[in-house]
Amino acid sequence: MAVTYEEALTRYEPVFGLETHVELGTRTKMFCGCITTFGGEPNSQVCPVCLGLPGSLPVVNRTAIEYTIKIGLALNCTIASWCRFARKNYFYPDMPKNFQISQYDEPLCSEGYLDVAVSGEIVRVSIERVHLEEDTGKSLHVGGATGRIQGAEYSLVDYNRAGIPLVEIVTKPVPGTGSMAPDVARAYVTELRDVLRSLGVSDVRMEEGSMRCDVNTSLSVRGSGVWGTRTETKNVNSLRSVERAVRSEIPRQAEVLDAGGRVVQETRHFHEESGETTSGRSKEEAQDYRYFPEPDLVPVAPAADWVESIRASLPELPSARRSRLLAAWSLSELEFESLRNAGALDVVEATVAAGASSADARKWWMGELARRANEAGVEVSYLAITPAEVARVSALVSAGTLNDRLAREVLDGVLAGEGTPDEVVEKRGLAVVSDDSALLSAIDEAIAANPDVAEKVRSGKVQAAGVIVGAVMKATRGKADAARVRELVLERLA
Amino acid sequence: MTGMGRELTRKTATELAAAIAAGDVSAVEVTQAHLDQIAATDDRVRAFLHVATNEALAQARAVDEKRARGESLGALAGVPVAVKDLFATAGVPTTCGSKILQGWVPPYESTVTARLRAADAVVLGKTNMDEFAMGSSTENSGYGPSHNPWDLAKVPGGSSGGSAAAVAAFEAPLSLGTDTGGSIRQPAAVCGIVGTKPTYGGSSRYGVVAFASSLDTPGPLGRNVLDTALLHQVISGHDPMDATSIDAPVPPVVEAARHGDVSGMTIGVVTELAGDGYQPGVMSRFAEAVEVLQGLGAKVVEVSCPHFKYGLPAYYLIAPSEVSSNLARFDGMRYGLRAGTGSAEEVMATTRAAGFGAEAKRRIMLGTYALSSGYYDAYYGKAQQVRTLIIRDFEAAFSQVDVLVSPATPTTAFDIGERADDPMAMYLADLCTIPSNLAGNAALSVPVGLAPENGLPVGLQVMAPPLADDRLYRVAAAVEAAFDSRRGHPLLAEAKGLGA
Repeated sequence: MAVTYEEALTRYEPVFGLETHVELGTRTKMFCGCITTFGGEPNSQVCPVCLGLPGSLPVVNRTAIEYTIKIGLALNCTIASWCRFARKNYFYPDMPKNFQISQYDEPLCSEGYLDVAVSGEIVRVSIERVHLEEDTGKSLHVGGATGRIQGAEYSLVDYNRAGIPLVEIVTKPVPGTGSMAPDVARAYVTELRDVLRSLGVSDVRMEEGSMRCDVNTSLSVRGSGVWGTRTETKNVNSLRSVERAVRSEIPRQAEVLDAGGRVVQETRHFHEESGETTSGRSKEEAQDYRYFPEPDLVPVAPAADWVESIRASLPELPSARRSRLLAAWSLSELEFESLRNAGALDVVEATVAAGASSADARKWWMGELARRANEAGVEVSYLAITPAEVARVSALVSAGTLNDRLAREVLDGVLAGEGTPDEVVEKRGLAVVSDDSALLSAIDEAIAANPDVAEKVRSGKVQAAGVIVGAVMKATRGKADAARVRELVLERLA
Repeated sequence: MTGMGRELTRKTATELAAAIAAGDVSAVEVTQAHLDQIAATDDRVRAFLHVATNEALAQARAVDEKRARGESLGALAGVPVAVKDLFATAGVPTTCGSKILQGWVPPYESTVTARLRAADAVVLGKTNMDEFAMGSSTENSGYGPSHNPWDLAKVPGGSSGGSAAAVAAFEAPLSLGTDTGGSIRQPAAVCGIVGTKPTYGGSSRYGVVAFASSLDTPGPLGRNVLDTALLHQVISGHDPMDATSIDAPVPPVVEAARHGDVSGMTIGVVTELAGDGYQPGVMSRFAEAVEVLQGLGAKVVEVSCPHFKYGLPAYYLIAPSEVSSNLARFDGMRYGLRAGTGSAEEVMATTRAAGFGAEAKRRIMLGTYALSSGYYDAYYGKAQQVRTLIIRDFEAAFSQVDVLVSPATPTTAFDIGERADDPMAMYLADLCTIPSNLAGNAALSVPVGLAPENGLPVGLQVMAPPLADDRLYRVAAAVEAAFDSRRGHPLLAEAKGLGA
């Protein structure tokens, strides 16, 4: 009998931790001058250094150090005044030197935290370390059912990714979140992604693998105060999967423990389709990586004034921005969350900066444009319209030049590449008819066509004017400003 | 070989450069003379693994054309140089003396050989060495040993044995080696030539296939002090491609080699580098050299370096540890030998079993063990502490003296095969040279005569603080001048191995 998630939580307290790998967005690789652009022809962005050819030597990319310090500072870490790279030794064909240059017991950043909001509550996630290393190449295993190296007929290796700077951000174990554990895990990764994006240090695209998570989960028997054995779920590659990985591991471990078994320390693979994990490599006998200080590199000793100048140049971080926007735009937590989840914060803020009210900016981006983005399966920021253009449409509506229906047509035109909002208005002839003399002839015709109604209005039944306004709007094919038409009708029939 | 060709191979690099620059002889003639000498002698010496005949003659022609056009020539224009086979040379095979790299042709050039070419020197070819520079005799080469030109039954030292033998056999006036535990100084000493380990970081390691990264130092070998200094000057200086390269001016080594003057210098004799295991003839020649220095006006004092005795064991933990990691990349996946079939792991294991020789395997195993979890602190960690103590010994010594001296090697050249099955005996050949590698300072070996008991050359080691490489040449030039004038000819004129 399978244990449900809810049942598991009645007996066990989940503890989770996350190791997040982030490819830095430096122009060149960690230890050589090769470019880091994603998606290049296999093995076209390589040199003797990142191929690990005999005799080649690494030289540290200063920008990668700077980016890592930025991350450390944004995560409230202590920045080491002196630290070293270390070699992590193991054999694998996608690693050209059969060791990875990483950091071991001397990480560049340590002992920080990140506050994350979950359902309006703040949870503080402690950060153990942030260190810098080089990425490996990418293997493509051809033949065989699993796409893994076991059973493959042959394997191809692309070293374009080898040597791209990779930052590993490791949390301390997070206890005490109870049934919210999966949500807190997801919220942490979301917040971390937003922090990294605001720092401009990575494009943090989980779908392209520039941000990858390993999720550690263990259960503690409620009230025992003793933590259980953890499993490590590898390469969880979407925010939703982070949540699902924790959510599926809790009842699985509970079932093992309920049956009197013991959780095996192992890596587990997450399956996107089923939301389940399956057993991978056992970590009961820890692999010995034979770490030792990298003798080809000199120690990294960031000067205190350099670190301070980096701190001074940090942009506004998401948590600060949240507080600011909540106040400035008079939003509820929920409204803010929906903006953030839709990836619309930047465009809305830019639209407000271009002159729109926050209410209008939100209305367009979260309404009409969100619908279109949804249809296209992208975030609103990927639509072919700029915040300035949205602000202009909003201004045209406020000025009475457009009504909402016409404004939607203008958006269509801009998205279809017909030009700026003003050009679309011009080309499509969409402006509200604002020339009173043109309206007056249409009004006179409508009055003549509806003598009974006109009489009612004259006798004081002002609400009856709607019929005449409607007729005018129909005659002008919706280009008239209804409010102005009503004014003019009432003047005529006064 | 023509008389003129023979004459050209007896000239110094300095003389050759001057003659070529003056147009007295062409670079092609000089290169051809050395290629002829290689053809005549190298079947006995076996200094070269690869002779780059066509490339060398093309380089020589380019130098002659450059001169004909009236362009300014580099410091070593037209001078042939033999290069140890672990410098990556673009388009020229590079094996590191290992079967595992057989057939590998690097697509790029090491910084040191690029500087050699920029100075218009001519690269004659690649010289034999102990596999991946691990050894003191060239017997660990995957391609058979080289022979000592003084006595072909003897080893030429190692690991840069091919480079030393080529110079001693007049196959090249100069050669490049690397020194990780004595691999330039020891073969220079037992072949009766000059060899320098520059300050660590003074010459770039970029493109030098790594043995032990924290110890490897490229350096020059030559038949006399001035030639060696010239090559030292050409290959040295900061390289942004090597993070451990020192960003400082090259010490004035050529200037120092031209003015060998030790008057007023204080020279320290290291107490610990003498005693049991040192050959009597080595000690008598060493004592004679110290007297000569005193006679030239140097103040000689005895200095104790109490931690030098731990140098050898510390070295044999640090170097193998780095080796175990540095040699991991030779797995048959990307270049060089590939052996076996099956999974990637099986191919890697079979390739490494087939491609590495016994000494490489021994050191990979030693290093893997020394770095393993639970043993790291006791072995690698402790060895690094010893290293710090040895650095302090040197610092204390150099606060009292300008240079330190010792025999370069405990014994003269030994027989081929004599120590091949006794690694410990082999390791002792580097007893005197290892401390300078651990400390990263500069050191050189200069010939001081023949051991009376066997007529084989003895080297004097001179050690100087980091970036004081010029002091080595001051002392060595003074010693060389004193002995040459006493003898009436350079020591190498007495080498009998080639029937000269």
